[in-house]
Amino acid sequence: MSAAPGAARLLHPVAGAFRGFARYLQGVMGADAYRKYLQHHAAAGHGTPPLDERAFWRDRTDRQDTNPQGRCC
Amino acid sequence: MGTMPEDGIRTADGELNPAPNGSLPPTSLDDAVRDAEERRWTPAKIATWVAIALLGGVAWFMLAIVRGETVNAIWFVFASVCTYLIGYRFYSKVIERYLLKPDDRRATPAEYKADGKDYVRTDRNVLFGHHFAAIAGAGPLVGPVIAAQMGYLPGTIWIILGVVLAGAVQDYLVMFFSMRRGGRSLGQMAREELGVIGGTAALVATLLIMVIIVAILALVVVNALGESPWGVFSVGMTIPIALFMGVYLRYLRPGKVMEVSIIGFVLLMAAIIGGGAVAGTEWGAAFFHLDKVTIAWGLIVYGFIAAILPVWLLLAPRDYLSTFMKIGVIAMLALAIIVVRPEITVPAFSEFAGRENGPVFSGSLFPFLFVTIACGALSGFHALISSGTTPKLIEKERQTRFIGYGGMLMESFVAIMALVAAISIDRGIYFAMNAPAALTGGTVETAAQWVNGLGLAGVNITPDVLAQTASNVGEESIVSRSGGAPTLAVGLAHIMQQFIGGTGMMAFWYHFAIMFEALFILTAVDAGTRVARFMLQDSIGNFAPRFKEASWRPGAWLCTAIMVGAWGAVLLMGVTDPLGGINTLFPLFGIANQLLAAIALAVCMAIAAKRGSFKYLWIVAVPLAFTAVVTVTASIHKIFSSVPAVGYFANNGAFSKALADGKTSFGTAKTAAAMEAVVRNTMIQGWLSIIFVVLSIIVIITAVAATLKAFRNTTAGTPNVNNEDRPHPSRVYAPAGLIPTPAERELMAEWNKLPAEMRIERAGHH
Repeated sequence: MSAAPGAARLLHPVAGAFRGFARYLQGVMGADAYRKYLQHHAAAGHGTPPLDERAFWRDRTDRQDTNPQGRCC
Repeated sequence: MGTMPEDGIRTADGELNPAPNGSLPPTSLDDAVRDAEERRWTPAKIATWVAIALLGGVAWFMLAIVRGETVNAIWFVFASVCTYLIGYRFYSKVIERYLLKPDDRRATPAEYKADGKDYVRTDRNVLFGHHFAAIAGAGPLVGPVIAAQMGYLPGTIWIILGVVLAGAVQDYLVMFFSMRRGGRSLGQMAREELGVIGGTAALVATLLIMVIIVAILALVVVNALGESPWGVFSVGMTIPIALFMGVYLRYLRPGKVMEVSIIGFVLLMAAIIGGGAVAGTEWGAAFFHLDKVTIAWGLIVYGFIAAILPVWLLLAPRDYLSTFMKIGVIAMLALAIIVVRPEITVPAFSEFAGRENGPVFSGSLFPFLFVTIACGALSGFHALISSGTTPKLIEKERQTRFIGYGGMLMESFVAIMALVAAISIDRGIYFAMNAPAALTGGTVETAAQWVNGLGLAGVNITPDVLAQTASNVGEESIVSRSGGAPTLAVGLAHIMQQFIGGTGMMAFWYHFAIMFEALFILTAVDAGTRVARFMLQDSIGNFAPRFKEASWRPGAWLCTAIMVGAWGAVLLMGVTDPLGGINTLFPLFGIANQLLAAIALAVCMAIAAKRGSFKYLWIVAVPLAFTAVVTVTASIHKIFSSVPAVGYFANNGAFSKALADGKTSFGTAKTAAAMEAVVRNTMIQGWLSIIFVVLSIIVIITAVAATLKAFRNTTAGTPNVNNEDRPHPSRVYAPAGLIPTPAERELMAEWNKLPAEMRIERAGHH
């Protein structure tokens, strides 16, 4: 019975490391762009409401249409 | 955008010393504290660096001096990593301290132009990964493989020392100077610093160089997929997979990037496994068995469509997939090499190191080795990434050393691993795979006979071995699969099957490797076409303003067609070349890339001179001089050499004369039409070499002139023009490197004590 919480505690650092890695990967891939946008929006104290998630991503890729980013060889 | 355009003409020094904000902790570590910390050599610190230096020394000794039968791959890992650590800790610190002098009290563009979209302060470790994923592609995987013709040592030395003294320096400098200019591109900086002539030459050279680079990357894919139904199927499937991901992200679940990347990855694996099954069926083998010319045309049509489709539909999702694969593959390769530790039988210097008629690429070791390995040692293309995108995301000035210099060291490590993978296969197989069909004859019997006739020490290959290797990797043939990618794939399959799966998995690993290389290259082709199209539109826009409107369809389509037509023509030329396209064109790729590096370094030298850093100008001048000498010498060889295998015009002359003499077969060209093709191709290649080298010399001369002018100004006491953005005081703090130092930790703790609302306010908006 007592093995389960023991195992959970043992796994805790592994799960933490995994979560940390997943967060890192999200950052590298740019998956956290919307969260950062919201942060910025809140911090900058705009009067207007922020874009919703769908509109934000739409705007993000549409701006890349006119502002291409190189990818290296 | 939050700030006004900057005024430009100001003096280089004595500018605003950003005033610390009274209510905030310091935004920069105190210089004296940092100095004291850096100069305090505790016994533990000394012991660590002595150990690193010793291990690196032993590894270099094993690679360069000991001449055993074999050398273990692990020494490549130790030699490179220890050298990188020393270069990073000591040399990049010199650059930081004496040449760039970053100031953490100044806000970066990500802070003073923060908009939550393009200008976003990004955690340094995340940005390191992001920048690395943007600079690393197929280049470091291909060049070292081709250069392995000369043995492992010349390539290893150039990759490791080149990156420490040149490649990483270029990336770091360009990134820093662009950051100080609000993230301006290399082209804009060239125009500002070098004037109209130098700037225009730099722009035209960049445009042409991009065409060549995209064309030759495409050629690598075509060579890897030609007559390979499995490869054609699985790489072809990446297009519907990416389209699906695009629609998913746009309409079904916007913003779920990780989710869709994992789905895409699973589909990709299914496409690789399914490719084997499809290629095994009669109809599949017949339907996807395409010759190189067909694939080249397919790629050209694809390139045009991909470049005019909206980004969300194809480019963005494939970019996610490519980044995902990139990180996974590189981690896996490093792990496999460390676990398997293959024994390398390739000699340090091969028989071809002292000759200029090697079958894989022609030309002598100097200068051609230094252009064959571009990415991984010094890559001019990085200057386009290090300016523009990444500088808009940097959180603190001092982090540029970690991200710019460190990121390039990482790419160099990828090149070393690619080299190890390529040289872990039998040398006989290496030459049979990488020599053009004109030499090998295209069949296993003729190839084995040709390879054995080369008289290479320890090489004795049978047709059976070649046939067996081909069947292991699930291909009909591996003879004359030039271009580097298939060789790397065989090497990787060879290593990975010892790690996971055994011989039965070799075919999977081979096509896995082909798949990721193709994925990187297709992304680069697509993105490169778009960037080049915008540059062209911008240039034409100076005469016909309508072209500057990115949303004007006819202009966009016309410019896309021109760019695709340009690289498509070079691609077709390479595919149909009777001399074996990669072998004649790859030097042009390397020369183009290194000339771009020379341009970038020239711009950096002019900027550094205007900042008054004359005493340490050698940090830029030495790599600039080296790459200028290498590329100009290589160009001169290519233009003036009387050896037909080396000189484009010598070859042109030889074939023209043969045609005039009424011959219908000459050298490796078996028909009169093939001979005419050689005459045509060599003429184009020769002129391209001339144009590149002339443009680059113009840029270098204007940069030297700007440098001298800055020197005269400084001695006369006249201030130099400073094109940096006006300094803004920073209101945030973050440590500079991977691991914060004790003093940095202390300062971070001070910031963490701030009430939350004051810290959120840090993304200040103007």
